[in-house]
Amino acid sequence: MTVTEDRPSVEPEIGQARKRKEDYRLITGRTRWTDNIVLPGMLHLAMVRSPFAHATITAIDASEARNAPNVVAVLTGADVAEVQGPLPCAWPITEDQKAPVHPAIAVDRVAFAGEVVAVVIARSAVAARDAAELVDVDYEDLPAALDLKDAAADTTLAHPDLGTNTSATWIFDSAEAGTGSPVEDAISTARDGGILLEREYRQQRLIPAFMEPRSTVVDPTGEQITMWSATQVPHILKIMLAMTQGIPESKLRVIAPDVGGGFGGKLQVTPEEVITLMAARRTGKPCKYTETRSESLMAGHHGRDQWQKLTLAATADGTVTGLKVELLADMGAYLGLVTPGIPILGAFMFNAIYKFPAYHFSCTNIFTNKTWTDAYRGAGRPEATFAIERLMDELAHEVGVDPLAIREKNWIKHEEFPFATVAGLEYDSGNYEAATAKARELFGYDELRAEQKRRRESGDPVQLGIGVSTFTEMCGLAPSRVLGSLNYGAGGWEHASVRMLPTGKVEVITGTSAHGQGHATAFSQIIADRLGVAFDDIEVLHGDTQVSHKGLDTYGSRSLVVGGEALVRAADKVIERARPIAAHMLEASADDLDFEAGRFSVRGTDQGVAMAEIALAVFAAHDLPDGVEPSLDAEATYDPVNFNYPHGTHLCALEIDTETGGVRMRKYACVDDIGNVINPLIVAGQVHGGLVQGIAQALWEEAVHDDAGTLVSASFVDYLVPTAADTISFDIEHTTTPALTNSLGTKGVGEAGTIASTPAVVNAVVDALRPFGVSDVRMPCTPERIWKAIHARDGADDGGGATAEAAMPHFDEDQAGANDEGAGR
Amino acid sequence: MSRTTVPVTITVDGTRYTDEVEPRTLLVHYLREQVGKVGTVVGCDTSNCGACTVHLDGRSVKSCNVLAVQADGSEITTVEGLEKDGVLHPVQQAFHDCHGLQCGYCTPGMIMQSIDLLNENPDPSEEEIRSGLEGNLCRCTGYHNIVKAVQQAAGGAR
Amino acid sequence: MIPAQFEYAAPTTVEEAVRLLAEAGDEAKILAGGQSLLPVLRMRLNAPEMVIDLGRIEALRGVRDDGDAIVVGAMTTHADVHADPLVREHAALVTEAVSHLADPQVRHRGTFGGALAHADPAGDLGAPALALGATFTMVGPHGSRTVEGEDFFEDLFTTALAEDEILTEIRIPKHTGWGAHYEKFVRVAHQWPIVAVAAAVRAEGGTIAEARVGLTNMGSVPLRARAVEDALVGKPATAEAVAEAAALAADGTQPPSDLNGDADYRRHLATVLTRRAVLAAAGA
Repeated sequence: MTVTEDRPSVEPEIGQARKRKEDYRLITGRTRWTDNIVLPGMLHLAMVRSPFAHATITAIDASEARNAPNVVAVLTGADVAEVQGPLPCAWPITEDQKAPVHPAIAVDRVAFAGEVVAVVIARSAVAARDAAELVDVDYEDLPAALDLKDAAADTTLAHPDLGTNTSATWIFDSAEAGTGSPVEDAISTARDGGILLEREYRQQRLIPAFMEPRSTVVDPTGEQITMWSATQVPHILKIMLAMTQGIPESKLRVIAPDVGGGFGGKLQVTPEEVITLMAARRTGKPCKYTETRSESLMAGHHGRDQWQKLTLAATADGTVTGLKVELLADMGAYLGLVTPGIPILGAFMFNAIYKFPAYHFSCTNIFTNKTWTDAYRGAGRPEATFAIERLMDELAHEVGVDPLAIREKNWIKHEEFPFATVAGLEYDSGNYEAATAKARELFGYDELRAEQKRRRESGDPVQLGIGVSTFTEMCGLAPSRVLGSLNYGAGGWEHASVRMLPTGKVEVITGTSAHGQGHATAFSQIIADRLGVAFDDIEVLHGDTQVSHKGLDTYGSRSLVVGGEALVRAADKVIERARPIAAHMLEASADDLDFEAGRFSVRGTDQGVAMAEIALAVFAAHDLPDGVEPSLDAEATYDPVNFNYPHGTHLCALEIDTETGGVRMRKYACVDDIGNVINPLIVAGQVHGGLVQGIAQALWEEAVHDDAGTLVSASFVDYLVPTAADTISFDIEHTTTPALTNSLGTKGVGEAGTIASTPAVVNAVVDALRPFGVSDVRMPCTPERIWKAIHARDGADDGGGATAEAAMPHFDEDQAGANDEGAGR
Repeated sequence: MSRTTVPVTITVDGTRYTDEVEPRTLLVHYLREQVGKVGTVVGCDTSNCGACTVHLDGRSVKSCNVLAVQADGSEITTVEGLEKDGVLHPVQQAFHDCHGLQCGYCTPGMIMQSIDLLNENPDPSEEEIRSGLEGNLCRCTGYHNIVKAVQQAAGGAR
Repeated sequence: MIPAQFEYAAPTTVEEAVRLLAEAGDEAKILAGGQSLLPVLRMRLNAPEMVIDLGRIEALRGVRDDGDAIVVGAMTTHADVHADPLVREHAALVTEAVSHLADPQVRHRGTFGGALAHADPAGDLGAPALALGATFTMVGPHGSRTVEGEDFFEDLFTTALAEDEILTEIRIPKHTGWGAHYEKFVRVAHQWPIVAVAAAVRAEGGTIAEARVGLTNMGSVPLRARAVEDALVGKPATAEAVAEAAALAADGTQPPSDLNGDADYRRHLATVLTRRAVLAAAGA
C-alpha cells in the first residue's frame, strides 16, 4: 500500500482552546430556534391561564372565543380530560410518596397561578391571543397554601384530597447505613464542652430564566408525529410522551433544534408540550406554541426553595464531629419530571470535602400552591454547598481562626484519596490543598485581609468583606445502579456512535443534547485525537431522535464525563473494526500493526494506511478479508461506574457601602479542579456563566409571590437577572487531578461555578458585617437587608427581614386616558 | 373594529420591502414573520433583555418595542446584514474569537448593541462597555467574554 | 406578546394631532416614543382603540435657546437630549440624569416629553425637571397653556394634561455654571431607581449660594426637597454641613414599599443620596 504523506497534525486537539464550530450560524443569525419553524397550514396556540393560586373552576364559556375570526378550536380541561394523561414524574423518592394527578390542562381545579385552563387554536398567533382574551372562566377561590413552613404544618392544604401537604420524607443516617457513627452522640458530646452550631438558612425560590422562551411545534402529518421543542431532553421527552399519550414510541420523533439555554429549566415534560401535541392530533395540522417571557417566568418550573435546619457538632478546637441536616423542600403544586429527587441530590453533598464522622440527613417534600420546582443549575448540590460553607465560616468565627484554616483542618488530605465519605460515596481523587493555595495567591488573600483590617480600623463607611467557599460536587449523572437504588425511573448511561464516511469525513452521534455547551467542538476534539482525523472533518449530530436514536440527554454535568466516555468507546471500536481490514490492505498481521494519529502502520516499516483510505476501501468493499462486514461504524453505550468529583476553592471580595447597604464586587478568584480539560475556552465560559448565576442567587434573584399567590417577579423588571454592568471580570484558574473513573480523566464543569459562588458571596457579605454583630443575611442579600442587618442593634429588624411583596408599578394598567404619553423610560 | 392594515416600506439589510401590516405589529414580528429575518429574536415582553436589538436608521433599538409602522421609511440592519462578501463584521469575529456566546440566543442583540456602542465610543473602557450593554441580558456567559470580545473589536478598529 | 388591535395615526403637525385626539376622545393613547407604552400594550394592560404617534411631528423635536431658558421639544429623544450642547451648558443636571435613564436602546427611542408625561414616579426625569423649575407647555383644542412642574405631576401616572391635550415642550430656566449630579440607587443596572436624587448647586467659593434638589421615587410623584434647599443656602460645601441639610430630605415624603425596599429604608436612602448628590454637584 501507499505511504500516505498527508498525515493529520500530531499536535493533540485535546487541551487546545479551539474556537467553537457552533458559532458561525449563531453570530450571523442563521439559527434554527423552534419558534422559527413555519410549516404549511400551521396553527398557533395561545393559553388561557389561571390568575388564582388555588380555585375551583366552576364554568368556562369559550363560545365567544370559538366564534372569533380564524379560530379553529378551543380546548378546555373538560374537553381533553379522558385523553390528556398525567404529566410524568420519573422520580418517586419513597414507596409511599403522595402526589396529585398533574394534568396538562386543569380540569376542575387549579393549583397554582399560571396553570393552563384552556387553549385557543387559531390560524395565527395574533388571532389565538385575541381569542384567548375572550375565554370566560368562572373560578371559586380556595384557600392557598403559600408559605412553606405553614404548608408543612398542614394549616392550609394545597390539594385537599391528599389530606396533607407532605409528599414524602427521605432519610439518610450514617449510623444506619454503616458509613459513620450516630449523629446524636456527636451532638450531645459537643453540647458538653465542644461547639454546637444550630442555624437555619433559607434557599429562596429561583427561576432558571434561560434566554430562549420555550417553544414547541408538532407536525402530525406523515407516518411519524414530529415534535420540535426547546428542550434539554429530546429522548426523555419522546419516551415520556409515548408512555403517557398513548402513542407508540416508534411513531414519535422529537427534535431539539437550536436551544437557547436550559440550566435545568428545560429538563421537563411540560404541559405546553403535551397540549401542543394534543392540538396537532385533534386538528391534523402542524401546531406551534411559543411562550411569552411572563408565561415562562410564571409557568416554567422554578428551582431551589428550601428551609435548611442545620446542626453542626465540633470539638472546641474546631474539628467537626457531626452534621445533622433537616430540610423542608417546596415542591410547588405538582411533581414535575424529577421534582422530588432534586433536594435528595444534595443529600450526599452536605458533608462536602470534610471528614465528618457522623451524618444525618432528612428531607420533607411539601406541596404549596405555587409553580412546581424542579432542576435548576446545580440541583440540590448548591443548596448543600451553601449550607456547609456558611457553617464552616460560622465555625471559624466561633473558634476564632481564619475561615481557610478551619477548612484545612477538616478537609480530606490529598493523600487520603480514594476516600469513602460519611454519605456513602467514594471520592476517587482530589487535591484541596493545591487548589486552595493557588486560589489564595491568585486572589491576593493576604493583601485583601490587610485592606479589610485598615478599613475596619479607620471606620471606613465602605467595608470590605472576604468570602471563602470550597466545594465538591457529585456530577456525571449517573451510575444506573445508584439511580435504581434511589428509585429513579431510568438509568444514567449514555450512548454514542461514530460513522466513517467514504470521503474521509466522520459523523459523530451523541445521545447528549447540547443547548449552548459547545459539545460539537469538544467532541470533535476528542474524536480528532482518537481517530486521527482533522477537527474540521468531524460533524457532531445530536438532538433528533431519528438521528440520535438513543440517549439520556444533557443535565447534571454529564455530557462530557458520561457522553464523552461513550464516544471514546465507540471510537475505539471503530479502530478495532478497521484493524483487520488495515492488516489485509497492508498484507501484514493485525498483531504487527500500530495505530497512531489516524494511521495504521506496520511496526518497524514505513508501510501504513490512513483511516480515510480504509473507510473508502470499506465503502467499495471490493477487497475485504473473508467474513468481515463492510462497515467501520460503531456504537457504544456507557454506564458510569461512579460519579466524579470536581472541586475548587472560590474567593470573593465585596465592598459594602454601610450607609446604603449597596454591594460592589471587587474581585472574584477561583481555582477549580475539573480534571483534564478538553477545551479551556469552553471550560472558562462554563465557569464564568456559572459564577454569575450563583452570584445572582446571593445578591439579586428571587421569585416572590404575594399573599394571594401571584408571582410578583413575573417579568425581567422584577426578576433581577444581572447585566454586564452589575458583574466583573473574573480570575479563574485550574489545578488538575485527573478523574480515575473515565478514560479522558475529565470531571464535570457545567454546574461548578454556580455551586461554589453563592456561599462565597454570602460569606463575604457576612464577613464585612461581622464587626456590626451580624452573623447572617438572608438571600438575596439586598441592600435593604444588608442595611437593616447593620442597624439591627439599633432596633431595625435583622437581615432576614421580609421584603414587601409588591413590585414597582411601571407597567401597571394606566388609570387615565390620553394624558399618559407612555414613552417613559 | 375594522381589521385595517397600513402600507409600509422598510429597507432591511439593504433590501427594500413594501408590505401591509396591522398597526399593532411589532417591528420584531414584522422582521421575523413577514421579512423572514428570524435571526432577530424575542426574549421578553418588557424591553429588558435586548435580544431583539437591531439598528433603525443607524442606531440601536429594541425591535420588540417599536411598531413596524413607526419604522415606515426607515432602514433596518439586523444581525443577518452584517457579514459582507463572506467576511464577518469585526464584532461578529470578536464574539467568535473570544467565546462571547454559548447558547447564542442573546447574541444577535448583543452584537448589534456592541456595534452601536463602538460607533458611539470607539475606545471604551471596561466600565463603559459594561454600562453600554446594560440593556442586554445574557444567561450563559456571565458577560466576561462578551466584554473581552468588545475590547478585541475596539482594538481592531484602532 | 402582541397588543390588542388599534387604529393608528401619525400626524405631522401638532394641530392635526390635537384634532385627532379630540375626535378619538378617551379611546386614544398618545405614542411618544413608546418605550413604556408598548410594553403596557403588549401585556394588554391597556387596549386603546386608537394610537396617535407624535413621532412624525418635526416641530416637537430639538432644543432651542429662549433667552433665560432652554426649551426642549417633547419628542426629543433621550439620546439627543443627552448629546445636546445647550442642555449640557445650561441644564447639566438633565444631561446627567438622562445618561442614567434606562439603557442605550431605550434612550434612542424614548422621548423627553413622553417620559415626563408617563409620570412614573420612578422615572429619572421628573426630579431634575422639578429641581430646575421646568414648566410644561401643553396644547389642546382651546389653545396652549403652561403649568409649573409641581402642578404638572398630580399622582402616580397622572399629570395635569387633560385628555385632549398634548405636551409639546418643556421650558427649563438656565442654570448656567451650576454644578449638577444625579445620584441613582439601583440593585441591578436595568432597574428603575429605588431612590434617586437630583441636585444642582451654585457655589461661590466654598459656599453654597443656591441649591436645587429633586427626589425620584419618594412618593407618587417626583418631589422637590425644598427644606434641604433652604438649609443649604450659605452653608460651606463640606460633608458635615451638607449632611445636616440632607437629613431633611425625607421629611414629609411618603415613599412606596416594594420588593426593593420599604418606606423607612427609602427615607434613609434619600438622606444619604441627597448628601452625596449635593456634595458631588458642589464639586466637593
